Amino acid sequence: MATTLEQPATLPQLSNEEIARYSRHLILPEVGLEGQQKLKAAKVLCVGTGGLGSPLAFYLAAAGIGSIGLVDFDVVDESNLQRQIIHFTSDVGRPKIQSATDKLKALNPYLNVVQHETMLTSANALEIIRGYDVVADGTDNFPTRYLVNDACVLTGKPNAYGSIFRFEGQASVFATEQGPCYRCLYPEPPPPGLVPSCAEGGVLGILPGLVGVIQATEVIKLILGKGAPLIGRLLLVDSLNMSFRELKLRKNPDCPVCGTHPTVTKLIDYNQFCGITPEPKANSVNGTTVQNGIPQMSAVELKKRLDNHDDLFVLDVREPHEYQIANLGAKLIPLNDLPARAGELEKEREIVVHCKSGGRSQKAAEFLAQNGFKKVWNLAGGITAWSNDVDPKVPKY
Amino acid sequence: MRIHIPTPLRIYTDKQDTVGVEASTVGEALDALTARHPELRKHLFSEEGKLRAFVNVYLNDEDIRYLPEGEATRVNGKDELSIIPSIAGGR
Repeated sequence: MATTLEQPATLPQLSNEEIARYSRHLILPEVGLEGQQKLKAAKVLCVGTGGLGSPLAFYLAAAGIGSIGLVDFDVVDESNLQRQIIHFTSDVGRPKIQSATDKLKALNPYLNVVQHETMLTSANALEIIRGYDVVADGTDNFPTRYLVNDACVLTGKPNAYGSIFRFEGQASVFATEQGPCYRCLYPEPPPPGLVPSCAEGGVLGILPGLVGVIQATEVIKLILGKGAPLIGRLLLVDSLNMSFRELKLRKNPDCPVCGTHPTVTKLIDYNQFCGITPEPKANSVNGTTVQNGIPQMSAVELKKRLDNHDDLFVLDVREPHEYQIANLGAKLIPLNDLPARAGELEKEREIVVHCKSGGRSQKAAEFLAQNGFKKVWNLAGGITAWSNDVDPKVPKY
Repeated sequence: MRIHIPTPLRIYTDKQDTVGVEASTVGEALDALTARHPELRKHLFSEEGKLRAFVNVYLNDEDIRYLPEGEATRVNGKDELSIIPSIAGGR
């Protein structure tokens, strides 16, 4: 079942230089001169230039896509380099969109790159997506996943979808006329915090390479109108066992956005849809910041109190493998084990809870406070803040 | 039959990626799984006992919501159940 996109009335000509460059495509009967011209005429939007977006945009540029739109507003961080291969060490601190554009243009000077240095939102998504033939979703959070899906359905643009978690990935093609959309697969997102992000859960560096290249393959096939696209199929990639499985997806006739009687006919508030509420406002009690009932201690304050030999108990709620990377010598009880092991802690003692950057320890502190612990602090900014503000010898990860 | 457990839920199955259960229907298999690993139950089912909207369960390659007999579908030892939760990572 090949799907054909709308074609321009006349296809652009290839120069002799382009013919030389794309020779290995041109001698494939499934691509040929006309296919290569279709690629040159095509406009593809890559949402995100991170783990998935890097290999995706790179291969699309190499393949001779005429116009690639990039959406990103982030800057390159050292921790991106393990997998976001479009960004180099010298790019740390630069806007990702600039870094990506440089590499894509260096790889293929015939490529037109359109920069959208913005967060994709309900206010701009339809306008941005309308200018493209195919969308490739390489974002990293549920609100944007649903936003991209709905915007693709509403504008009639196919979405080459990929997502990753630790060692596992999923890929499909959503929002074609005949096929299902992301909401047919998952009508609702999980509650916030249930599925950790790559930043919290980690990701094997090659995994976005595998999945991003699958997305690029689907984009090329959609443009060429060749082969069997991943429409109505969910490909599961397990890099640890190196197994690929395929599941059937069906278009849900009751789907709120692509079904026969849609109730979502314009873009909505996706943070609200995903249950993401603004952080409860911190208040201040006698000069101490209090978040959701938990007083926050700065790394500098903790250092001062420890140097003062105050009777403080420091609790680390990260995972044992994180403890190995860097620790403050504190007692380790991972957040998930805390309900079963809270008995190891003294309810009357002053406890300072810490994690990597303050999120998990806030949850742990709230749990302890609800269970009768009298004086529980959260270390604001976690061990990262300790490294920044107290002891730079502690590595940041 | 074998039940495939996805990475995000393995913290509730003592890190096992598959769990073997004896069952004659899809529903029995899920009951046997959550009886052995009770923490899983609230992640798979709502309080009314309905499969959560962000979790899909497949019998071999078919979504159990689309099976004519749903959770009452009969299974044999060679069938496989897969739990497929939504993931969103990309960076």
